[in-house]
Amino acid sequence: MAEAAVAREAQGLQWTKKDLLGLEDLSAEEIRLVLATAESFREISLRPIKKVPALRGKTVVNLFFEPSTRTRTSFELAAKRLSADMINITASASSLTKGETILDMVRNLEALKVDVLIIRHAAAGVPHTIARQTNASVINAGDGAHEHPTQALLDLLTIQRQKGRIEGLKVSIIGDIAHSRVARSDLWGLTKLGACVTLCGPPTLMPSHIEDLGARVTWDVAEAITDADVLMLLRIQHERQEAALVPSLREYRLRYGLDEARLRSAKPDVLVMHPGPINRGVELDSYVADGPNSVILDQVTNGVAVRMAALFLVSGPPKVEE
Amino acid sequence: MSEGKLLISGGTVVDPSTKREGRADVLIEDGKITDIQPSIAARNGLRRFDASGKLVMPGFVDLHVHFRQPGREDKETVETGSHAAIRGGFTAACPMPNTSPVMDHRGAVEWVRQEGQRVGLIDVRPIGALTRGQQGEELTDFGELFEAGCIALSDDGKPLLSSLLMRRALEYAKVFGRPVIQHSEDTCLSAGGVMHEGLVSTTLGLRGAPSESETVMVARDLALAERTGGWLHVAHLSTARSVELIRQAKQRGVHVTCEVTPHHLALTDEAVRGFNTLAKVNPPLRTEQDRLALIEGLKDGTIDCIATDHAPHTAWEKDADFDAAPFGIVGLETALGVCATALIGPKHLTWSQLADRMAIAPARIAGLKDHGLAVSQPANLTIVDPAAAWTVDPASFASRSKRSPFAGHRLTGKVAAVIRHGLVAWDASA
Repeated sequence: MAEAAVAREAQGLQWTKKDLLGLEDLSAEEIRLVLATAESFREISLRPIKKVPALRGKTVVNLFFEPSTRTRTSFELAAKRLSADMINITASASSLTKGETILDMVRNLEALKVDVLIIRHAAAGVPHTIARQTNASVINAGDGAHEHPTQALLDLLTIQRQKGRIEGLKVSIIGDIAHSRVARSDLWGLTKLGACVTLCGPPTLMPSHIEDLGARVTWDVAEAITDADVLMLLRIQHERQEAALVPSLREYRLRYGLDEARLRSAKPDVLVMHPGPINRGVELDSYVADGPNSVILDQVTNGVAVRMAALFLVSGPPKVEE
Repeated sequence: MSEGKLLISGGTVVDPSTKREGRADVLIEDGKITDIQPSIAARNGLRRFDASGKLVMPGFVDLHVHFRQPGREDKETVETGSHAAIRGGFTAACPMPNTSPVMDHRGAVEWVRQEGQRVGLIDVRPIGALTRGQQGEELTDFGELFEAGCIALSDDGKPLLSSLLMRRALEYAKVFGRPVIQHSEDTCLSAGGVMHEGLVSTTLGLRGAPSESETVMVARDLALAERTGGWLHVAHLSTARSVELIRQAKQRGVHVTCEVTPHHLALTDEAVRGFNTLAKVNPPLRTEQDRLALIEGLKDGTIDCIATDHAPHTAWEKDADFDAAPFGIVGLETALGVCATALIGPKHLTWSQLADRMAIAPARIAGLKDHGLAVSQPANLTIVDPAAAWTVDPASFASRSKRSPFAGHRLTGKVAAVIRHGLVAWDASA
């Protein structure tokens, strides 16, 4: 890809990693390289013919052990727009034959000569375990409460496109921080690029020692909203109620939900973001989700570009004969 | 077995049970120690074992191992476990009852004891289940289990959650003068945690088990032991607060003993970074502050002894992802090296103190009378090379499990030989 080559040139940096497992592992320069590459790919999705031959002949597998529509679809479109051959495997733990381990399954896929494995799993570290034991490149599409690097990268791309910068911005992430892989990846990415991150939620949804990772922590949603350039809302899952983490969804909405009144106390040009799927009327009021500050659908559009960049970079430089 | 005469010469005897520490030769005849002198002349018909530069210590006793038999012979057997034990310097080990079937009845206990005797390398002294099927509902027949050779009772791995049943167990066990061993964990509070709750669990997005899931249970059991006068033995302590609670309880005269594992003395939750399943263990590896408090407790005698919690698993199980991999670390073959490196090197403990914590104290808790270097005692000795530096290579383990968080670690201090019943049962140089 000429555009991507230009982007790499501009950054003066070559991608050297086999896998994309998390933003904890990436330097600020590597994150900027992915964003620049994504920026150059973004335009492809706006063309009438949305396809370039960058990954022609590569085989990419979506290996999802957890239900997902938008992330899986986003990766699939990204692969197809780069001309890779793409297959989807939706595997619940129960669909593994008795006695077969995930590693058995991955070794079988490797024997089928696939180039890139995109892995989503409910348990933290599964993509890392797999990446250590396969020559294929692994992209983490979300592992438990650990990381979701492409989500954070698309968040960064969205903020950068909207605000023109990331450094020095105040970003508040509000919701279930404890169980959120998005919060962790966003925290790594945003702090590495120089943003100030505030994490907000009730103490029951705040993981211990998170402030040691460079975030400001508050239980007071008003404090998180005032002065913020970006408000990132996280999905509250119904099952958290059962674990006594929040007394009720109603209580959560009243204390922490972003509604019209709370939005009025924010900066007029604040960006409202959400990784989806939205729980309308819980963490986010419909008026706000669909209102002028919302860039939620831009996030979705940018997701394809970021995933094209991720697939392109982990696939390595094109071979000479190509 | 021929029981000739053996002279252990040139070594330094370190035996806290007789308060002996110094250059001495040890004469063994017909399986028993018959003389200990600064120098004993070689005689005809006397085999000689050269222990120059080495420490001659009482054989180690491990109060907490999993030999997996009957039931999971793919992980370990009494035979492979015995081999691992003797190489680690242990002359006795106490397998936990979480076998299949559970050691909650005479037949299973007797079978394990007899299998230990058939293998003949170490003294295998089972720990019986505290409740039927380890279900935490009905007490086992204590008398029958002690008669069958159990040295203690425990539902290890499955904490006895019912306070009422724990009270009854501590009360009833008084009849037999033996301890009730508790794996102290409030499982409602640990709530499926797979590692210590702290910065590392937060960073990795893994469910954490807070320190308090151990300490609230230790506090409850101490209260029950204090009330009943029963003997409580707390397995594998992992938190600073538990050490403090037990220190205070001992000062009040509560009948409590406890143990700590080599891995909790040497490693912290930092070892889990990178989703290292080899460091997945329950109780979890905790913080540096906890580790130092455990060492302090071991030093001042709050913690009575070191026990390995040797917990072998197959490679394919340990190589799974972090949530799916089973808890457990093998410890028999690295215990001395890990403890010497973590405790003797930094001068936390003396060799005499280590001999007490690995041999004399656990033998006392287990009720074994054949450990200690006194004349007319059975000769169960471990000979240690204190200066030997070595690198842990799990492929060379006698244990069926070839997975260890200490793989590649450089250790100082190595078991050179083990004498059991007067015979050389293991010689590392042979």
